[in-house]
Amino acid sequence: MPAKQKEKVTIDDYSPASESAWCPGCGNFGILRSVDKALVGLQLAPHEVLMVSGIGQAAKLPHYTRANVFNGLHGRPLPAALAAKMVNTDLVVIAESGDGDAYGEGGNHFLHTVNRNPNLTYLVHNNQVYGLTKGQASPTTDLGFTTKMNPDGAWVAMHPLAVAVACDCSFIARGFAGDIEHLADLIAQGVKHKGFALIEILQPCVSFNKKNTYDWYRERVYKLEDEKGYDPGDRAAAFQKALEWGDKIPTGVIYRNERETFDEYVGVAGQSPVMKEKLDPKSITGLLKDFI
Amino acid sequence: MSTDLNILVGGEAGQGVQSVGSVLARAMMRGGYEVFADQDFESRIRGGNSFTRVRISSDPVQSPLEKADMVVALNAETIDLHLSEIRGGGIIIYDGEKTGSKPDKGVLTLDIPIEKIAEEKAGSLRMTNTVASAAALGLLDYDLEILIGVLREEYGRHGDKVVEGNIKAAKAGYEFAQQHRPKDYTERLKAGKSSGKMLISGNEAVALGALAAGCRFVAGYPMTPSTPILEYLADKGREFRVLVIQAEDEISAINMAVGAGFTGARSMVATSGGGFCLMVEGLSLAGMTETPVVIVLGQRAGPSTGLPTRTEQGELLFALHAGHGEFPRFIAAPANAEEAFWLTVKAFNMAEKYQSPAIILTDHEMADSYYTVTPFDLDAVVIERGDLLTDKEANKAGEYKRYAYTKSGISPRAFPGQGKALVVADSDEHSEAGHIIEDAETRRLMVEKRMRKHEGLQKEVGEPAFHHREKAKFNLIGWGSSRGAIEEAACLLEANGVSACVIHFNELWPFPAEVLVKNLAGVAKNIVIESNATGQLGRLIRTETSIKMDGHIARYDGRPLSAEYIVEHFEREVA
Repeated sequence: MPAKQKEKVTIDDYSPASESAWCPGCGNFGILRSVDKALVGLQLAPHEVLMVSGIGQAAKLPHYTRANVFNGLHGRPLPAALAAKMVNTDLVVIAESGDGDAYGEGGNHFLHTVNRNPNLTYLVHNNQVYGLTKGQASPTTDLGFTTKMNPDGAWVAMHPLAVAVACDCSFIARGFAGDIEHLADLIAQGVKHKGFALIEILQPCVSFNKKNTYDWYRERVYKLEDEKGYDPGDRAAAFQKALEWGDKIPTGVIYRNERETFDEYVGVAGQSPVMKEKLDPKSITGLLKDFI
Repeated sequence: MSTDLNILVGGEAGQGVQSVGSVLARAMMRGGYEVFADQDFESRIRGGNSFTRVRISSDPVQSPLEKADMVVALNAETIDLHLSEIRGGGIIIYDGEKTGSKPDKGVLTLDIPIEKIAEEKAGSLRMTNTVASAAALGLLDYDLEILIGVLREEYGRHGDKVVEGNIKAAKAGYEFAQQHRPKDYTERLKAGKSSGKMLISGNEAVALGALAAGCRFVAGYPMTPSTPILEYLADKGREFRVLVIQAEDEISAINMAVGAGFTGARSMVATSGGGFCLMVEGLSLAGMTETPVVIVLGQRAGPSTGLPTRTEQGELLFALHAGHGEFPRFIAAPANAEEAFWLTVKAFNMAEKYQSPAIILTDHEMADSYYTVTPFDLDAVVIERGDLLTDKEANKAGEYKRYAYTKSGISPRAFPGQGKALVVADSDEHSEAGHIIEDAETRRLMVEKRMRKHEGLQKEVGEPAFHHREKAKFNLIGWGSSRGAIEEAACLLEANGVSACVIHFNELWPFPAEVLVKNLAGVAKNIVIESNATGQLGRLIRTETSIKMDGHIARYDGRPLSAEYIVEHFEREVA
């Protein structure tokens, strides 16, 4: 029997009803457009997608598009997203985080989720500052950047992508909120990737980060695709690129290494969703005998 | 004649104390006896001193006895620690070559070269445990064939050679004990027909309850005393399509369980107090997002790491108040393994029906103890998934309101991916459609909607058990694992001419205040008995009913309540 013709998904399917709480000019708008564009490009209907987010301005993104949404706790989108994917592998699960959410409060989950390699896409909006709480330093804030809570200047920044390379994250990319076409393409690649796809997004915070502005990034970002001979399968080269920060900042796919996914490893890949499965108490009759 | 025999097996961690206890308990159950076996061990892998007590009775028994009729000493320290606990006419079994000189207190003794017999008769020092168990049964003149049957099962998976070795060891130990039995030792135990009951621990019963209830997702970080639940489910779960994930921490575990619950799986976490501390934020998340999740909170002695392998009932008020903000929850505290099974099933039903977290309060004493239980009637297990959208309803592309205002406060639930309707859930205060709001009116309506579920839960919560005695002078009031000890204490007091009722709570929230108030009317003095220092149930009763307790018997040394302890303290402090 021929499969039922799927209705064409258009950008209108993702137009939200609710009003945004972001500041005018926020980098999040570019990211939102890139997400919508990527999903339309992949011809995914909103009901096929589950977006899981934490807390912060980045984490509000799912409210401004259309999809199934679980907007949970600060730093905790990954455990919830992983479990949702394991319970229903039919869902395309995208987790959404800011730099505080992903690398501060959620640092432990970040490490272990990368390690497990579930089939999720993780978008981390990195504006190098805590926006929602009004401008404190984040784990990725540049050294010496002063804020009200960090009058001596922020301490050494972590390099999350290098951490991800060290953990053999199966897909690592970096995009820029000011380049929607390129970012949408990276997001689409991430969603298509089988395994955990980390996409870090450079995102200017127009209210609290007066250093890492659109212009600051535009002067520095370059695309790895344009770099002749760069091989995202070369882990040592990826590690170097993941550490590159300052005058030149690489974007594009930094590392890719397909390996077994967590869903495959624990044997849930390809299983039907458990949501409406008939539950039968008598299925455990045999177990009772072990105790008699 | 009614039997009530208490055998204590003591030794170092790693010596096989638990395995001797387990073999004895099983052999006794097979002979038709009721058994209660509990564990006392230190937080270490090897060394130290631990013991297991196997209480064998012709009547149902659900609490430990402090005095032993027989002590099986696998090391010298056991003799020092437990000699004074042996009842008159009781006996101690020890291996004089290992433990040194003969215990010189006026008790009967059997010096048996356990290790030598194991090595010479069975060819392996690993059989010492079997020699010890068999010697205990030989003294009692119990049926050796029953023991052999148990050993066949116990060691069957290790192959015939190991089984035969153990049987040889058992025969040798049994015969030695019979031949060298002190002539003054008169205790005998006759094996009858098997009762067909199960021997099961509280933790195993929780795990079986979860499986029977259709749990499909479990996440946890190992922590005493709840780890065995995770391990049992990890072992059997695959067969029943239960995904068990060892999370990186408890924070992750609860967020995973909430994520799985949101996506349509019956989900559970199992932890203890310290782990539950970390889960509290996630508990609130379940409350706000109205996601069903079952939490097993295995209590141990706190605060902080406390006595990690010992018991306490110190977390009733914590479980009740845990979480920021206000939201409904269900709290049950099973008294024994049988209730652990049924209340776990109920917890899953309450969680889904009311789309709220449900907490099962166990403690080390209940969780790690073995009980004889009539096999669970699986026909009687009812699964209630609550108000779910049909696939047809969920496929309507129109706006689905995950948090629709309803009279019951329960909004029909759809799962992401079930249909075209989008499911939006939020930890922020939200609209009926699940989107973030800030306005006062929606906030007020949402709070009221959530709290209406508490009213529904209130009607579902089970009543406390009342064991009445005519014109009782005292009400002995307790909760959770201590019921067996309290009931037994009431019988002992009765024999001493003190008439007391027992009131026991195994469901604690929503608190069944009305029925309690009705039953407390009278002249009896209310004595609350708990394994904590501050009298948490007493405080809860006072908060919910304005009735002040008249007395409080507390145990907080990490050891379980026993009838002897209760009676002693009753006579000293209350009577």
